Amino acid sequence: MSDINSNIPEGELTSKWTKFKSSVALVNPSNKRSIEVIIVGSGLAGASAAATLAEMGYKVKCFCFQDSPRRAHSIAAQGGINAAKNYQNDGDSTYRLFYDTIKGGDYRSREANVHRLAEVSTNIIDQCVAQGVPLAREYGGLLDNRSFGGTQVQRTFYAAGQTGQQLLLGAYSALERQIGMGKVEMYTRHEMLEIVKIDGKARGIIARNLITGEIERHFGHAVVLGTGGYGNVFYLSTNAMGSNVTAAWKAHKQGAYFANPCYTQIHPTCIPVSGDHQSKLTLMSESLRNDGRIWVPKKKDDNRKASEIPEDERDYYLERRYPAFGNLVPRDVASRAAKERCDAGYGVGASKLAVYLDFKANTERYGKIEASKAGIHNPDKETCMRLGTAVVKEKYGNLFDMYAQITGENPYETPMRIYPAVHYTMGGLWVDYNLMTSVPGLYCTGEANFSDHGANRLGASALMQGLADGYFVLPYTIGAYLSKEISVKAIPTDHPAFVEAEERAKGILNTLINIKGTKTVDHFHKRLGHIMWEKCGMSRSEKGLREAIEDIRALRAEFWSNVRVPGTADELNTELEKAGRVADFIELGELMCIDALDRNESCGGHFREEYQTEEGEALRDDVNYAYVAAWEFKEGVNFELHKEELKFENIKVAQRSYK
Amino acid sequence: MSTGNMNLTLKVWRQKNNKTAGALVDYKLAEISPDMSFLEMFDVLNEQLINKGEEPVVFDHDCREGICGMCSMFINGRPHGPKDLVTTCQLHMRSFKDGDTIVVEPWRAAAFPVVKDLTVDRSAFDRVIAAGGFISVNTGNAQDANSLPIPKMQADAAFEAAACIGCGACVATCKNASAMLFVSAKISQLALLPQGQPERYRRVQSMVAQMDAEGFGNCTNTGACEAECPKGISLENIARMNRDFASAKFASEETV
Amino acid sequence: MSGFGNAFSSSIGKKFIMGATGIFLILFLIVHCGINALIFLNDGGLTFNIGAHFMATNWIIRAGEVVLMIGLLAHIFQALRLTLQNNKARPVKYAVNDGKANSKWYSRSMGLLGTLLLIFLIVHLSNFWVVSRFTGIPTVDANGHEDLYAVMKATFQNPLIVGLYVLSMISLCYHLLHGFASAFQTMGWNHSKYNGIIKGAGIWYSIIISILFAAMPIAFHFGFIQ
Repeated sequence: MSDINSNIPEGELTSKWTKFKSSVALVNPSNKRSIEVIIVGSGLAGASAAATLAEMGYKVKCFCFQDSPRRAHSIAAQGGINAAKNYQNDGDSTYRLFYDTIKGGDYRSREANVHRLAEVSTNIIDQCVAQGVPLAREYGGLLDNRSFGGTQVQRTFYAAGQTGQQLLLGAYSALERQIGMGKVEMYTRHEMLEIVKIDGKARGIIARNLITGEIERHFGHAVVLGTGGYGNVFYLSTNAMGSNVTAAWKAHKQGAYFANPCYTQIHPTCIPVSGDHQSKLTLMSESLRNDGRIWVPKKKDDNRKASEIPEDERDYYLERRYPAFGNLVPRDVASRAAKERCDAGYGVGASKLAVYLDFKANTERYGKIEASKAGIHNPDKETCMRLGTAVVKEKYGNLFDMYAQITGENPYETPMRIYPAVHYTMGGLWVDYNLMTSVPGLYCTGEANFSDHGANRLGASALMQGLADGYFVLPYTIGAYLSKEISVKAIPTDHPAFVEAEERAKGILNTLINIKGTKTVDHFHKRLGHIMWEKCGMSRSEKGLREAIEDIRALRAEFWSNVRVPGTADELNTELEKAGRVADFIELGELMCIDALDRNESCGGHFREEYQTEEGEALRDDVNYAYVAAWEFKEGVNFELHKEELKFENIKVAQRSYK
Repeated sequence: MSTGNMNLTLKVWRQKNNKTAGALVDYKLAEISPDMSFLEMFDVLNEQLINKGEEPVVFDHDCREGICGMCSMFINGRPHGPKDLVTTCQLHMRSFKDGDTIVVEPWRAAAFPVVKDLTVDRSAFDRVIAAGGFISVNTGNAQDANSLPIPKMQADAAFEAAACIGCGACVATCKNASAMLFVSAKISQLALLPQGQPERYRRVQSMVAQMDAEGFGNCTNTGACEAECPKGISLENIARMNRDFASAKFASEETV
Repeated sequence: MSGFGNAFSSSIGKKFIMGATGIFLILFLIVHCGINALIFLNDGGLTFNIGAHFMATNWIIRAGEVVLMIGLLAHIFQALRLTLQNNKARPVKYAVNDGKANSKWYSRSMGLLGTLLLIFLIVHLSNFWVVSRFTGIPTVDANGHEDLYAVMKATFQNPLIVGLYVLSMISLCYHLLHGFASAFQTMGWNHSKYNGIIKGAGIWYSIIISILFAAMPIAFHFGFIQ
């Protein structure tokens, strides 16, 4: 059924990548010096690729919209990064990480890609430690691990609750080193607005200098997009305010297929919405589920304080429904279970859209251990809680402080209130095994591509994928393409294709400025987010999706006739930046609904109400939907579906069970 | 609408670009909720300005969860406002009272020129890192991560230094606009780890030289940076940098 | 570039000069205060004059005096340079700056305190140092030593001078309160096990030195010592 070629190498699953690396064409050092690569985005996937390609000798230009590459949103990842090191001697292996990731992704990812990811996962930890990334250690001086959802081994490396920050700063320092040596030209506060294609190949970008408003043309033999996910289509998400789909969407409009856009990860442990003023949602790391127990009252509309509800009137619904994994079920399962309880009327807090995450039991358990370490036998409850609180503080102090800061409540005393929120998007630009999109010479890495997580991503796997792509995969695979480009001289940017692309970009900016309507950009963004959350969020139905598509089309028409963008295009104009991004989100939102409507099954981050088991679990349809939906953009915001069949030769496809 | 009941007067620095002079401009805000973050309060202000046909206030912000280091407002005379150990985005309006007047200025330093309104250019920090804030290890050169045990205390100390988010509050609050806390945090992180030893003395010299070239002021040990740092980066780092600088200049044979 | 490169012209190098000269001046004050405190023996200045005579005639001390002058001038000169540079590092000042929220006023006012001390030093040196080195001390004591004690006693009969001295010692106290620990920090002598001791020692040192010095003019003026 496939009508697109994913270029997966022949051979045994376990030897594909090794064989590929050993046989891929190389570019000799003197040729590398004259080959230019453009990298858009400076997060884990972008910065690591930019640094590595520059180390290899390529001429690199790197772009980010923030004021420094260090601000990319990878920095906000809290919990950790997976690697099949088996340092804990608990039976981990490359195969097990591969298996967990495929299963966690609800059998909707490519075996070859995921196995490669599991293979290089160990190199990432080595590389980061060598860079001076201060990962957590035990007293013996060796690296520590914690467990994360969807696995039964401890393979997650971490740096307190700031793992993403530390890994990004590692990649950033490697990037800055290359910038200092003049091997990477860094363009901060620049936003990519167009892809330039010449003879069908990606040959450059059009970027806007966000300070001066100047439109710039940049040539590259190849272009890499490491521009992150599109969760902000929901307006409220755990993404940064600036996270956007624009670069990927412009590429999509120039021929890059967009794959599985409907797969959206709703993270189960976020701080609930407090009011209409809310601009973003804050995640409480999944690592908290290691030590927190999730519950709601057994009685509907119970308005008592958490502390007043006795133990036997609490419903630890995850432990009840999934005894094997308990509070550590994958994110999609945990999120849907929370929504189910709240929809059924058992929610807590003022909004009734929250469940409790309670640390009391584990605090007491830690306290007992500490007490026995200190030689206190039969400690009283108060001593246990005091000693245990210190342990919890050491482990999660910064998260607890953040919670207190945002909610004004003390989580050491009362359980946290949490509710699911949009966190990650598994979909993205379609890429082949080489991470190349359907546009030759245009690559896509990290969250921006669709490749490794199937329909649901496991915790601590995003950092792994971003760095795997940037440090260890793309630098090899891009050679396959660039080795054929060595005779291509840098194309002058007065080439008609650059002129035309610049006109397209300028046309959009001028249109937006000149609408001079009555509603702000945020107004439209909020309305789009509302439609998406209600009808294409945690659960979806055919009726809702059809309505959503109509609503979004109407919203798009209204946006283009009534948005108000103050100021001009030739200055720092944050409203203009937002307007361009929201315009693309609106088109993407429609595609997400179309994709969700096409997929008549439930899997991972896509739950269709029509397709569930009697117990309310997701019901996959492997006969008809074991494919990647890769959408091609057609004139006038229309989309054509291409299918890449997923073949499982090494894993037996089964219904996911965490019971 | 879950609006609140706080009425506020804001005095906000408005400056068109780095070629024109700026001034404080007064704005009135009503129905602010104490649950709003400080930046959400600014969102309300901007929505109001746009609806009136005026230009919104430009300010840097991104993650809004206190980790990217982008937000940077000098609020009532303090970077990131009145609360300790938080960034502007994590400051909530419950830290203010109904009827308050709040003065909001950009970071002020020669090395951080104003770009527009409350947005400044902090690329000097990037150039300091590019001068030496790294360990020179190309991708693929690394040995097994556990082949180098690092005492937990040392690893933790390196982590505490590495927690710096590069927001620049230290420079903003320092009476001399000195960047010593930022620079010393990176130098310390790498000086505390065995991986950082080969370049230790080269690094401190290059980074300090770049810091000076950027036009930051000199440290006079007032301790304001440590007190205002949203991540609690310690002054010990500055002492460590000074020590390393002395060793580099007077004991090591490496001159940069 | 020479072997030491920009060791002293860099921001940290300049601070080393401040810190090192500061520590040198701190040590000098101990000697100065120790010898001057001999006046409190209330023996008509006989012991004090022996000390003064030694200080004035011993060639090591005289050589040290040259070093002291150089150190003092370096401290002052470097402070001026740093202040000018630091002012340039923030060309546009804040409309509102709540310094007290994050630091001590005297830490932020070292330049002002130092300037007050410089004014004091000019008066102080012309009162005693110029007299003893250049214009000459008019009388001798019972031991035949030049009677510097008598000069002190005479000088401190003027209430304005006493007032100036006492106020200046308050400035000195605050200058030292910051300077003592600051010098250690600058030199990189920061260690979690010793920081408390350094801080404590700095506070005690500053208070004791300043009180002793301030007590001298007061004691003479009000006739507590003869």
